[in-house]
Amino acid sequence: MNFTVDKNGFYGSFGGAYIPEMLFPNVEELKEKYLNIMHEESFIEEYNNLLKDYVGRPTPLYFAKRLSEHFKANIYLKREDLCHTGAHKINNTLGQILLAKRLGKRRIIAETGAGQHGVATATVCALLGFDCIVYMGEIDMERQKPNVERMKMLGAKVVPATSGSKTLKDATNEAIRDWINNPADTHYIIGSVVGPHPYPDMVARFQAIISKEIRAQLKEKTGSENPDYVIACVGGGSNAAGAFYHYLNEAKVKLVAVEAAGMGIDSGYSAATTFLGKPGVLHGSKTLLMQTEDGQIVEAHSISAGLDYPGIGPIHSHLFETGRAEFLAITDKEAFKSAVLLSKLEGIIPALESSHAIASLAKLNLKPSDTVVVNLSGRGDKDLMTYITRKEEFLKD
Amino acid sequence: MDTKIQLKNRLTTAFSDSKKPLLNIYFTAGYPALNDTLPVLRALQNSGVDMVEIGMPFSDPLADGPVIQRSSEIALENGMTIKGLFQQIKEMRKEIHIPVLLMGYINPVLRYGVEKFCEDAAAVGVDGVIIPDLPVREYIEDYEEIFQKNNLSNIFLVTPHTSPERLKLIDEHATGFIYAVSTDSTTGNTKDIRQQEAYFSKLKASGLKNPLMIGFNVRDKESFCFATDYANGAIIGSAFVKAITGSKNLEKDIDVFIKGIR
Repeated sequence: MNFTVDKNGFYGSFGGAYIPEMLFPNVEELKEKYLNIMHEESFIEEYNNLLKDYVGRPTPLYFAKRLSEHFKANIYLKREDLCHTGAHKINNTLGQILLAKRLGKRRIIAETGAGQHGVATATVCALLGFDCIVYMGEIDMERQKPNVERMKMLGAKVVPATSGSKTLKDATNEAIRDWINNPADTHYIIGSVVGPHPYPDMVARFQAIISKEIRAQLKEKTGSENPDYVIACVGGGSNAAGAFYHYLNEAKVKLVAVEAAGMGIDSGYSAATTFLGKPGVLHGSKTLLMQTEDGQIVEAHSISAGLDYPGIGPIHSHLFETGRAEFLAITDKEAFKSAVLLSKLEGIIPALESSHAIASLAKLNLKPSDTVVVNLSGRGDKDLMTYITRKEEFLKD
Repeated sequence: MDTKIQLKNRLTTAFSDSKKPLLNIYFTAGYPALNDTLPVLRALQNSGVDMVEIGMPFSDPLADGPVIQRSSEIALENGMTIKGLFQQIKEMRKEIHIPVLLMGYINPVLRYGVEKFCEDAAAVGVDGVIIPDLPVREYIEDYEEIFQKNNLSNIFLVTPHTSPERLKLIDEHATGFIYAVSTDSTTGNTKDIRQQEAYFSKLKASGLKNPLMIGFNVRDKESFCFATDYANGAIIGSAFVKAITGSKNLEKDIDVFIKGIR
């Protein structure tokens, strides 16, 4: 089974580049050049130096002793929350800004849900002196205010998306529209493994640093580079793609992708795409999408703005269809409780996105001998208001 | 080797029959009200429009600007669906003789089933389809045969940045006409198309086998006349949708708008 992208950008039957002609030259230019640029020695050197000294890589692979005792398995946390800006997102934005520089672009646009990708984009734009415009759903701007202020402080212009559900999906539409209207000087930094080819592959490659480090660190700590499980949450799926990347062909390593069930898979307020989705095309690629019988995209719901997307990346649709990854769905409540659990057991306040991955530990039939790596994709500072205001509701029983 | 079947439908003959520049009007199905689709179509024909493009509303119309996007949202709230649209225009050919195109995004068409969609469109008398997010490569590989079997034209977009090689490929696989997007923009932008003289001249001189229609940012008599100096006709969308928004008398307002163009 092949889990990498083919020359037309497909993972099995998912992927491709379903874009209007207006975007063809931009996407084609990127497709022609991204691999060559990523393999240039000067690029690799500049990227690796910044990953080390600016981002703070390698991030630790931490053996979580008390969490391990709680779940009765050997649990390691890959601490992407310790990256500069507080999440894995910067691995990708840093790579893409260096690529944009080599493509001769001057203006950067991005979409953001929780704001982590927006902050990571605004950060690297400040670092390299690029103009930065971040599209963000009006509702997300409200619930992720600190990140909006961070982006502004970093010099980015944050533009509210006021159409549709006013969340990530609509912010993505607005960013694509901006790109259609400004094709020459603008690079669009997509924040997840979604969008037209080559974005899913390019973003996965930039995030693959996560699994590369896990392998080396695990080998050092346990003698084996392969754990029994690698677990990551999936909205679009960039942190999961990064955590899975070097394990895709290691059949013995179980890959677990955790989606947001929201208020419950059948509640009408969910973001569990593999449970509720059908194949379709949105934002430039064929993938699993939550949609009506008429092919209208439905609004996703999750307590975590970063998982609130009605689709998943085409690579994940392929992993689902082939059975290579197991997909689980975690409710808002379960995620919330797991955030509190991790905080109390390990002194780590996780992002709400990452707490979905933590919550899945209770759903797996773990054995005491199992080695489990959970990708802790981001830290919870940005979610503090949610943790404060919704405590009563989620912790009452 | 050209193995393509030459389509002949109302659309392809419209260009050979017409001596004057063709006016193509876009409107969104089920807008302003759910049952306005056929009345709008009828009024457009009565006002002397040469062909129409009926928009199939989609929740995420990323090539469209705010006017058409809003009309799509309202049409969806009104309950418009592809199935419902086919119901509404089932009998249209009893009274509508101008070419009719459907414009929309690929996802609802995929959900409906491309083959069934083409069959049902042909059955109600649709002549062609415009799907901006169905690129030419995917069309050739997966759908060209189905379109040809149903005698449906597929209209491709080209832009100022489409390369000569790609323009040639598109011309080879297009039937009906080629839709030249006037400037780098989504629909309903306010960019001035008069700055595009060089691009239009190049297109006109490129020896395309298909007729050329210019669209995006064509909004009034002046821009229509300018565009049609370089093409077989032009397409007006957002300006027309804006004109019928809030209309108390669709027939009259449509007639006034069209008479204002030519």
